[in-house]
Amino acid sequence: MNLRDTLILSFSTVASYRTRSLLIVLAMALGVAAVVVLTALGDGARRYVVGQFSSLGTNLVIVLPGRAETSGGFPGAALGQTPRDLTLEDARFIGHLPQVRRLAPLNVGVAELTAGGLLREVTVLGSTSELLPIRHMKLSQGSFLANGSERSAQIVLGSQLAHEFFPDGKVIGQRIRLGDSRFLVSGVLAVQGESMGFNSDEIAIIPIDYAQELFNTSTLFRILVEARSRNDIEPAKAAIHHALKLRHDGEDDVTVITQDAVLVTFDRILRALTLGVAGIAAISLAVAGILVMNVMLVAVAQRTSEIGLLKAIGAPAADIRRLFFAEALWLSLAGGAIGYALGHFGAWMIRLAYPVLPAWPPAWASVAGVATALATGIIASLLPAARAARLDPVLALSGK
Amino acid sequence: MIRLSAITRVFHMGDQEVRALNGITVDIASGEYVSIMGPSGSGKSTLLNVIGLLDRPDSGRYELDGIDVTTLSEPEQAQVRRNKIGFVFQAFHLVPRLTAAENIELPLILEGLAPAERKSRVDAALDAFDLRDRARHRPAELSGGQRQRVAIARATILRPTALLADEPTGNLDHRTGAEVMALLEGLHHAGTSLIVVTHDRELGARAHRHIAMRDGEIVADEK
Repeated sequence: MNLRDTLILSFSTVASYRTRSLLIVLAMALGVAAVVVLTALGDGARRYVVGQFSSLGTNLVIVLPGRAETSGGFPGAALGQTPRDLTLEDARFIGHLPQVRRLAPLNVGVAELTAGGLLREVTVLGSTSELLPIRHMKLSQGSFLANGSERSAQIVLGSQLAHEFFPDGKVIGQRIRLGDSRFLVSGVLAVQGESMGFNSDEIAIIPIDYAQELFNTSTLFRILVEARSRNDIEPAKAAIHHALKLRHDGEDDVTVITQDAVLVTFDRILRALTLGVAGIAAISLAVAGILVMNVMLVAVAQRTSEIGLLKAIGAPAADIRRLFFAEALWLSLAGGAIGYALGHFGAWMIRLAYPVLPAWPPAWASVAGVATALATGIIASLLPAARAARLDPVLALSGK
Repeated sequence: MIRLSAITRVFHMGDQEVRALNGITVDIASGEYVSIMGPSGSGKSTLLNVIGLLDRPDSGRYELDGIDVTTLSEPEQAQVRRNKIGFVFQAFHLVPRLTAAENIELPLILEGLAPAERKSRVDAALDAFDLRDRARHRPAELSGGQRQRVAIARATILRPTALLADEPTGNLDHRTGAEVMALLEGLHHAGTSLIVVTHDRELGARAHRHIAMRDGEIVADEK
């Protein structure tokens, strides 16, 4: 029997046992769909997190007050207290390091914004003009705390805030009250959306000095540092540690994290998670494979007489084996294809429900899911096909 | 030409040894019409299975058209079965999910013939066996006689030299059985060897040569 006839005959057999075939195809399809959807979720989460970190900036080094690890050096460590806060002086000192291209000290707080009879609470960022290039922020209007003018009472509004307070679009040059101080709107941020817990469209940015005055503090929340190049990130990290240790009387009491390290760690964790969920989903495919084998074995038992007839009219054992093999191939192929489509539909639904999550099934997962379905179905058919081919024709004809 | 020499076939049932064929030696010439008769367990169906290469003898020599077929490999035996032998069974053995035409076409598919050639041969068989209007019906939609006609059409579609029929009228009423036998005898007149295994004395008597079996041995061979 040639290949074409083997495929046609096996397809007609599969089609004639409709309920049985549908159940196998469904089991296979759900297995493949599970692989596709779960990897889409896992990879989507990975891309979301990596994207969030990437949006922070390039060659970024972040300086935080306090040590990340526990040490018994000072009594307040256990309570999260730090021996010394980060100050603007620290930031200026770091700014002189050769590995540092630019830096932006950062303070964060919440204050009431009032303008034109409207009032709302906003997250306020205190920083310098360098924040814009470091955080890859863009302006839709005006200027961003022009260099050297940090001490002037300027404010930059997020696009949402600007729209809420000044729906007519005339924002630049407007006076606005933040807490007890008055500010002049110098710029409006372009629409950027959520990033690392901040919705950039709903923040207000003011010069760092004003922020420290507003929040009644002389310390910094963070210092965002941009190294000169990717190769300068680690030297910059070491130099910052060294410089601040010198300034803090020999105490190494700051934590310096790099964006790359965080990115790599998250990437690694989420990749492992994606592989893990793909593995769990693949188990369901293996179960589907066992189902295929079980159903095929039952089919051999049910069709014993037919196998005997085929042998009697001259079918060699190899033809019988190929027929059963091809049946499993059709079932797996249909299961794989429907599962692929179902999986992509599921991923699309997830993207529709959670637009921020880029739940695109990775190509490797789709290919691996379908390939595993095919391989599982084919492997599962080997035993039943061999059993069918081995049947004694005389006994088979009598249905034994 | 079928030539069996000292053929034995032994079955083991638990501790018991059953000699279904006990040193059978017989020649059947091309174009002969032979009936094999005997009580249940006499070995007549086993002899038919050995002649049809469905069963391998434990010892002895079997020559078909001058070739020792007992030494052939499994695929070679399958090919001989396909091209030289046609089987007609009491239980018809049609594939239930295939139509009459598709059942008839099966040996042609196994032989690897092109679809156009298959179609013309199946069409000719449907006409020859008066099944044209039943071509698209499945076995469950056919009468007993029609089913056996489909089975005979399938058995002869590759023009075998020998037609082996095991109780071909066993599941049919008297009139339909006679029609089926007339059909088989028509094929014999066209040159095909016809070997019929039967319990039915009347049916056996229609053959030109009568072989009687008992306990795995030929006890009578008359023309």
